[in-house]
Amino acid sequence: MSHYEASIREPLILGDKNYHDITEDIVKPIEGKANKHWYMAFYISLAAMLWGFGCIFYTVGTGIGVWGLSKNIGWAWDITNFVWWVGIGHAGTLISAVLLLFRQKWRMAINRSAEAMTIFAVFQAGLFPIIHMGRPWNAYWVLPIPNQFGSLWVNFNSPLLWDVFAISTYLSVSLVFWWTGLLPDFAMIRDRAVKPFQKKIYSLLSFGWSGRAKDWQRFEEVSLVLAGLATPLVLSVHTIVSMDFATSINPGWHSTIFPPYFVAGAIFSGFAMVQTLLGIMRKVTNMEDYITRMHIEYMNIVIILTGGIVAVAYATEFFIAWYTGSPYENYTYLSVGAATGPYSWAFWSLMIFNIMIPQLLWIKKFRRSFIVSFIISIAINIGMWFERFDIIAIVLSKGHLPSTWWRFEPTFVDVGIFIGTIGFFFVLFLLYARTFPVIAQAEVKTILKSSGEFYKKRSAQGIATKPAINIAGNVVINDKSDKKDIE
Amino acid sequence: MSSLKVIHAFYNDDEILLDAVKTVKAAHHHIDEVFCPFPVHGLDKAMGLAPTRIAITAFMYGITGLSVAIWMTNYMMIQDWPQDIGGKPSFSWFENMPAFVPIMFELTVFFAAHLMVITFYMRSKIWPFRKAENPDPRTTDDHFLMEIPVHNNEEELTALLVKTGAVEINVVEKH
Repeated sequence: MSHYEASIREPLILGDKNYHDITEDIVKPIEGKANKHWYMAFYISLAAMLWGFGCIFYTVGTGIGVWGLSKNIGWAWDITNFVWWVGIGHAGTLISAVLLLFRQKWRMAINRSAEAMTIFAVFQAGLFPIIHMGRPWNAYWVLPIPNQFGSLWVNFNSPLLWDVFAISTYLSVSLVFWWTGLLPDFAMIRDRAVKPFQKKIYSLLSFGWSGRAKDWQRFEEVSLVLAGLATPLVLSVHTIVSMDFATSINPGWHSTIFPPYFVAGAIFSGFAMVQTLLGIMRKVTNMEDYITRMHIEYMNIVIILTGGIVAVAYATEFFIAWYTGSPYENYTYLSVGAATGPYSWAFWSLMIFNIMIPQLLWIKKFRRSFIVSFIISIAINIGMWFERFDIIAIVLSKGHLPSTWWRFEPTFVDVGIFIGTIGFFFVLFLLYARTFPVIAQAEVKTILKSSGEFYKKRSAQGIATKPAINIAGNVVINDKSDKKDIE
Repeated sequence: MSSLKVIHAFYNDDEILLDAVKTVKAAHHHIDEVFCPFPVHGLDKAMGLAPTRIAITAFMYGITGLSVAIWMTNYMMIQDWPQDIGGKPSFSWFENMPAFVPIMFELTVFFAAHLMVITFYMRSKIWPFRKAENPDPRTTDDHFLMEIPVHNNEEELTALLVKTGAVEINVVEKH
């Protein structure tokens, strides 16, 4: 009875599988050899990453004058990229924390990769404010320590400092949450590894996890409490990022709906990136039985919801900008001025990629199609980048003083660093996909009997999930295998 | 240390294991340990394990984090070096408090999450370079292992375990 689920729910694990089959499926990409496509993707990403690092060294060596910034537009691509990456980093912990609290079983197949994506994306995000400092070796000045000029402290009134606390808390808590969930899976790889080096590495990574009943009891409690702590944390991070803008007095930024609007946008873009990555990963690592049409559809539903919130926020901003009658509001990123002005291409890119294209997901056929979901997810990634670009570059391009009006144009360094972070992100993700268990196998095993196709079919026929006990013979007694003698 | 004889009974199904644990407990045998590849719901209750208090520690760590945040913002922004930033009042902590709410929240979560996980690792003895103690590699794959100490009742225990559906039973010396 403990493994019952309504038969009208579609199975989350396809095929005729038992617990051991799950183990085999999940270690296959780790124990096997990488194929040509993996190497190709890896080298392209690596090249992009090295190019980006070159641009970062150039920036640091010469100064941030090599970017397309001016006195008026003091931050543009860097903070656009920062907010974009942080936003992408929102889906992982949302999936593992919020969906855990809601007891959504479908999260189990995707939480590991989504969290990996979160952590790698937050790494990229963290790079930008640090490079933008111009003197990254002084980055530790953001920490609450007295500086060498006397005991002048950091400014706790500043949203930029709140960001430091929010993002470092988010990154470190997500990392710990992810790693704790990985321990039983690393232990599984450790226990079946044959190569001594591999065994050593996975022993180290698994922290000596043994899987005692007490360990599991604590593990589940810790997961639940971490989910409870991480849920408001996810919401706080982008709230605080939005305050970087909302607490200023610029028209277009000084807006009280920014926090919920940014959080919804972040979840929107995060799920889009999860779709992009999993669309490829499920094929490359042969996880089609675990990341099913059902998972894609559930994620698309979240995308429709959060995309809808974003669309309503845009409409509100646009209406309020027009309704104030203030001429300054006509320079904001959602206004008639923006739609017809020099940045109209950016405005319309935002509208098309972020608002119009995602509406296709209302059609069930598209929502359940892997290829359509993949294409739409790419459109959303682009759209969400434009949202941040518009908020920053359009708003700053026209200030209160017309003589300071300026149009931002990126230099090759701006573009190079952005491409570099995309490369860095994919380098990390590709390495992860080859060395880490990409699906939380211990958790997936707990739902096999309730949501696995094989068991669901049997349950529908009235066959119990518990196998019959066969007492007559085939119990091995005191026949020790050689494995145990070593121990 | 005198060596102790224990029985290792293997199961390959979580529901059979759960019933077996209940049967063994009902026959008044002590279960030393059960090793599982994944969490089995209700196993801790069936084994008679005390509920974990780790969530309570998380609460206390959270309170600690909140206190640290209040102390830190008060000391740095009000006591040690008060500054006039954008005309925000810096005469008393309470007046300036709304600006400190994000810091208070983040440090509460930071302390609660990290210290709770560290407590979990310490209590369950898991950390880098620690050797795993599961007696059989199959227990992280698809087998469940029940460890029962033997006190001259090897035959009786074996017979009972066979009946509960064990797929393999070994009597081993534990050092």
